[in-house]
Amino acid sequence: MADITALTLTQTLKALDDKEFSLEELNEAYLKRIEKYNPELNAYLYVNNDNKKIPAAIKEVIVTRGIPTTASAKILERFIPPYDATVINNLFEQGVGVLGKTNNDEFAMGGSGENSAYRVTKNPWDITKVPGGSSSGSAAAVASDLCVFALGSDTGGSIRQPASLTGIVGLKPTYGRVSRYGLIAMASSLDQIGPMTKSVEDAALVLEWISGSDGYDANASSKKFKVKSEKLKSGIKGLKVGVPKEYFAVPAGRQREGLDPKVKRVIEEAIKKIEELGAEIVEISLPHSEYALAAYYIIVSSEVSSNMARYDGIRYGKGRETIGPEVKRRIMLGTYSLSSGYWDDYYAKAAKVRTLVKRDFEKAYEKVDVIVGPVSPTVAWSIGEKIDDPLTMYLQDIYTISANLAGVPGLSVPCGFVDGLPVGLQILGKQWDEETILRVGYAYEQATDFHKEKPKL
Amino acid sequence: MKPKITAVFDTSKIAKLANVPLTDEESHKYTEQFTKILDYIEQLNSVDTKGVEPTFNVSGQTNVTRKDETSTSLSQDEALQNTSNKQNGFFVSKRVIGEENG
Amino acid sequence: MTYTPVIGLEVHAELNTKSKMFCKCSADYFGKEPNTHTCPVCLGLPGALPYINQKAIESCMKIGLALNCTISQESLFERKNYFYPDLSKGYQISQYRWPLCINGQLTIDNGKVIRINRAHQEEDTGKLSHTGGVTLIDFNRSGVPLVEIVTEPDFTNTQQIRDYAKKLQQIIRDLGVSNADMERGDMRLEANISVRPEGQKELPPYRVELKNINSFRFMVAAVEYEIKRQTEALEKGAKLHQETRGWDEDKKQTYLQRSKEEANDYRYFPEPDLPQLTIDKGQLTILRKQIPELSSGKSKRFEQEYGLTKEQANILTGYAEFFERAVKEGKEHGVDAKQIANYIINRKIDLEKTLPAEVVKNLVEAKSGIVDSGDQLEVLAKEAINDNPEVVESYKKGKITAIMALVGAVMKKSSGKADAAKVKTILEKLLS
Repeated sequence: MADITALTLTQTLKALDDKEFSLEELNEAYLKRIEKYNPELNAYLYVNNDNKKIPAAIKEVIVTRGIPTTASAKILERFIPPYDATVINNLFEQGVGVLGKTNNDEFAMGGSGENSAYRVTKNPWDITKVPGGSSSGSAAAVASDLCVFALGSDTGGSIRQPASLTGIVGLKPTYGRVSRYGLIAMASSLDQIGPMTKSVEDAALVLEWISGSDGYDANASSKKFKVKSEKLKSGIKGLKVGVPKEYFAVPAGRQREGLDPKVKRVIEEAIKKIEELGAEIVEISLPHSEYALAAYYIIVSSEVSSNMARYDGIRYGKGRETIGPEVKRRIMLGTYSLSSGYWDDYYAKAAKVRTLVKRDFEKAYEKVDVIVGPVSPTVAWSIGEKIDDPLTMYLQDIYTISANLAGVPGLSVPCGFVDGLPVGLQILGKQWDEETILRVGYAYEQATDFHKEKPKL
Repeated sequence: MKPKITAVFDTSKIAKLANVPLTDEESHKYTEQFTKILDYIEQLNSVDTKGVEPTFNVSGQTNVTRKDETSTSLSQDEALQNTSNKQNGFFVSKRVIGEENG
Repeated sequence: MTYTPVIGLEVHAELNTKSKMFCKCSADYFGKEPNTHTCPVCLGLPGALPYINQKAIESCMKIGLALNCTISQESLFERKNYFYPDLSKGYQISQYRWPLCINGQLTIDNGKVIRINRAHQEEDTGKLSHTGGVTLIDFNRSGVPLVEIVTEPDFTNTQQIRDYAKKLQQIIRDLGVSNADMERGDMRLEANISVRPEGQKELPPYRVELKNINSFRFMVAAVEYEIKRQTEALEKGAKLHQETRGWDEDKKQTYLQRSKEEANDYRYFPEPDLPQLTIDKGQLTILRKQIPELSSGKSKRFEQEYGLTKEQANILTGYAEFFERAVKEGKEHGVDAKQIANYIINRKIDLEKTLPAEVVKNLVEAKSGIVDSGDQLEVLAKEAINDNPEVVESYKKGKITAIMALVGAVMKKSSGKADAAKVKTILEKLLS
């Protein structure tokens, strides 16, 4: 029954309700498919053959009780958590289970999927290309129908970017919408867990399931997310959609940071489509965009250097010499930024720039309801192409990191192809307004056919 | 305008502070990379942040506290289950000098 | 050239909350099996997050208020980053730039004012023990709430330190927020010492930290030793440096633990997992109401209100409630506070076995009818003995008739109501 695995979450739930197939058959179908395609794709690091509930793929940085959780790092090679992340408990309550743990860049640090200490995940659309990262395995699993949906995490684009490069839907919620208890911390003030799904409607449903405070994450809001189906599907007539001029301009003397012209064209088409659907396109400015990346890297490295300190090999895990190179690099950069005499120059300065980035959004949202643009400056690149130059790697993040700094929600929806590789459209919303970005995403998705395309495996 | 931050990156000193063991080769590679990265980050210096309050937290919350109540702890076995460095219910580490640090 | 010591103290008080500072594990760790009071949070497991215990910060603010501190309107927790086996996260959640309580003071004996720099909140580490060639770690104590109280370097001798420690301990106990028992480790002391030429106002260019000294006695000895060592060194023309030293009880010396070059760079930054605390006036008003009258205040009040001596007032704070009830009762029977005070103090009454009303009754009887009860007579007899040392000496030397002078004294005290024969017997017994 190859068709079952092609169904979205919404369709699967209805089919189960209508008794078209059983949970057992559902799991069997996915497990068969995983057996066939995972050895090539490396989406999963661990497969749970005993899953009896609705099969979801969980990123390896999310803690699952009794199931190995390695953060795709050697240092946690044999770590088995004695507790479940809050989001896992939330999913259990909805009848969803852990089908497996998906590969990611080690400790969620990376934007390609090549930084896993175990294997390199491949892009299902072209296995010589990267799937993006750090939620590489979750993206590949959803794109190739190896799960009904997946959970990823996003600190600077790690849900949105791989979603964009693999042609699926990825949602980074407002910071504080979903509890981080049980998410192996990368940058505490930026991390959020979010859904990676086959459709926008699925993403809205999963967000409902996993949102809300839990008495364990002090930053998680009690504002649980909920959107009525009619509202989600109500269209976008009259909605004001902002397009930041900085996203399409090439910064003086910094050619390589610019948007690939082919990708640019696809994005412009998508924006035109949105206009056709009744929205008003407004040019806006996010003037501090070009400084956001530098601020982001200081803040992230600083928080990383501290969050990684607990891995000392005493209570669990191996010695620190087993930490991978990208993680080591960020720990060192962060330690330096926080070290004596440098706090004002680096961390405190970056925190002030963060305020300016946040204000840019607040000002823009006085004029518009959502902001659209690219997710990634390019489509998927070849495995091994960028790995030696960390700076080039970092520049891949420029469109996504501002949302994490400001705490606003962001959605990536499939909006076309360049040379056979997917392109994602990013839709950013006001804080706590996932509803509107999902509305825009849904309207756009239903007016196009890109979401119906599947990779030939 | 503030003068350029003199990025003096002493790789071995930072590695020690960060408790990150490095081989000589790694040390050399990182020093090169950091110089590049820090040059890029230098541009932060050109942003005028006079009078701007830093943002450390975007959750919008304050005063998030809980009642002074207890709940069940992990069992001793659960606490120790992920290491083989254990003895009579204790975690075991290399001998450190008697007194506590910090 | 004479040198004066410049000493500051840091006290850590372990709070008696039910649960830990940032998780719901029981904070009652003393004497428990190792690693039975842990959870992902205090064990520093991947993915765990802290969540503030409301009672702990209230206790910290109460300590601050009792020390006349200003409570900060905005307060943040920060991470103090360093590596040590007893520190499960590789950082301690503490406070640095934005502490809860600042700028207080405590007056010790002789009216000396010790300025309090800050009282802030933090969490305790696990406990280490050493055996063979390894170190054993128990995380039951990891995450227990601590309040750190730091003074300005206002101390100049160890007597002041003694007095401060005692007063601070009493305050913390009166507030009911900690046992503040130095033996059990729920009150710990660290000192910072330097010396400077007499009359110099600037602080010396160095400081010696005395740490990990587990008894008050040793701490005082170490401070005394340091004052001497540093003074001698400076007199010889040596230069002194920033250091951390411990106390060797066998050699009765301090010894070097860490020098300035090896000092830790803690890389403090605001704790991203915890939203800030914003304290408003309303909260403070409620907290102030919850602070009981502290011993120091009570003692002063007894002196003033009841015309007692300082010594009497101090002792009576230990019987405060009893005393004040007896005084109330006594008003209705013409017995005054001074009498009651004397009675309680001289008899060292057992609070479990006596009622305030009984004390008053006995005193009333003593005034009116024949004072017959042996106990009361004994009290008066003891008083007479104390009041007439020469007579006592005379009696003890052999002049037996001297005892009649004492009997006379007791008769006078009882306004002639005592049974003289009984008095004599009692006196003889007391003087034997």
